[in-house]
Amino acid sequence: MKHLLKAPISKEQVLEFKLNDIIYLSGKVFSIRDQAMKRILDEEKSIHELEGAMIYNCGPLARKNGQKWDLLSAGPTTSSRMNDLAVEFIKKFKVHAIIGKGGMNTKVLDAMKGKCVYLSAVGGSGAISANQLKILDVEWLDLGMPEAFWKLDANNFGPLIVTMDAHGNSLYDKNDLEVDANLQRVLAIK
Amino acid sequence: MLKFPPRALILFLCPPTLCHMRKTIALVAEELLKRAVIGLPDDVEIALANAYSNETKEVAKEQLKIILENIGVARKNQTALCQDTGTISFFVRGKNLTSEIRDGIFDGVLAATKNIPLRPNSVNPLTRKNIGNHPFIHLEFSDNDYLEISVIPKGAGCENMSALFMLRPSDGLEGVRKAILTHVAQKAKNACPPIVLGIGIGGTPEQAMLSAKENHLKKLTSKNPDPILAELEARLLTEINELGVGTMGLGGLRTALSVKILSHPCHTASLPVAVNIECWADRRLTARIFKDGKIEYF
Ligand code: SF4
Repeated sequence: MKHLLKAPISKEQVLEFKLNDIIYLSGKVFSIRDQAMKRILDEEKSIHELEGAMIYNCGPLARKNGQKWDLLSAGPTTSSRMNDLAVEFIKKFKVHAIIGKGGMNTKVLDAMKGKCVYLSAVGGSGAISANQLKILDVEWLDLGMPEAFWKLDANNFGPLIVTMDAHGNSLYDKNDLEVDANLQRVLAIK
Repeated sequence: MLKFPPRALILFLCPPTLCHMRKTIALVAEELLKRAVIGLPDDVEIALANAYSNETKEVAKEQLKIILENIGVARKNQTALCQDTGTISFFVRGKNLTSEIRDGIFDGVLAATKNIPLRPNSVNPLTRKNIGNHPFIHLEFSDNDYLEISVIPKGAGCENMSALFMLRPSDGLEGVRKAILTHVAQKAKNACPPIVLGIGIGGTPEQAMLSAKENHLKKLTSKNPDPILAELEARLLTEINELGVGTMGLGGLRTALSVKILSHPCHTASLPVAVNIECWADRRLTARIFKDGKIEYF
């Protein structure tokens, strides 16, 4: 099913999403990855804006143009690097969605139950995403451009595929099982 | 398919011997990076288009469509097709390999980072402080009269899925095959598949890793001159595509677009096997700088 959504999304909406649903998202999205997540958790920063937020695992390519930033390319980054951080993040901020690529592990899938979904953006599609997102603000540029805390305004950002729902189902896990069975079959052929 | 700028464009600058070599190299390095991060080589784009046409699984087909659209948007807007403009490796082949080439490359990367721009991707590994973009340069001596410089800007998503296996000699061809298939089955999903697989067999450990990456300088359509390796490449490609990792690890017919192998002699007690996975954004470009100042990009 295709959904056009406006952030923030409610918990009820989160619970309704099914695997393979396609989402186009508008509204506020926060680009946070390894270092910013770590800083928020290590320094126990309580960032009001993150309550129920949409987190985007992304390291954007942007250019400063006078006072404002232009977004040039902004596809997803590999989310599994943030598996451990995400579990704490979901607990602390009641994040409603994590957007990224490659999926996350079962610890995250468990933590997401009843409150959060994982949405997959198409890896490498930076040029398209940059047309759908605008930079509102940035903090912590001392972490470097990819790792800074970017606040973005999304305009029909997508397609985002629901690949991990709020009920313990993961498309990645399903496919991994098939891949493993295929691997055993292929390896058995000499 | 209309393309801008044309990939094989010949530029005339002043002869490198007359003007400053360092400046020429800097300009070439910047131009190589610009073209490489914006547009994919034709053979890669064709392979992706074929993957799209043949795909039967909906979630894979939808994503391949976005990938192809993204290539078009980047070309039209003249911006980087993927935000991860990578860690930058240069491969330089020539007769007179001087420090001016190194300095020119560093100048070119600095200019490219600012002008294209590239994402500043290099950090101190322990403090994680960002230092811009630090290129790596690999030299090879050649007898050709021209100087050849190739670039591979490679993102971390796929680079993080690299591996080195120090197998036992008795593991043989079967062991090589098993190590590679198992690795791809477990890791390819994070490397933005459909992938291009580079494999280095033999050599010293560091040579095997370098060879694995050097495969990404070849056209996907190139043939391996060694019949044993050519057969192994074909077999692995078929078998990898039977794994069903598919586009972005969500299933599908195409997990890999191509498998390439480079091999070197190794110690009688060793069997190194290195794997370097390239994502669908398989970016590469080469320039030839001739004595008379002519420069060709391809
Ligand atoms: S793996 Fe390749 S396509 Fe994917 S995000 Fe990294 S550089 Fe881009």
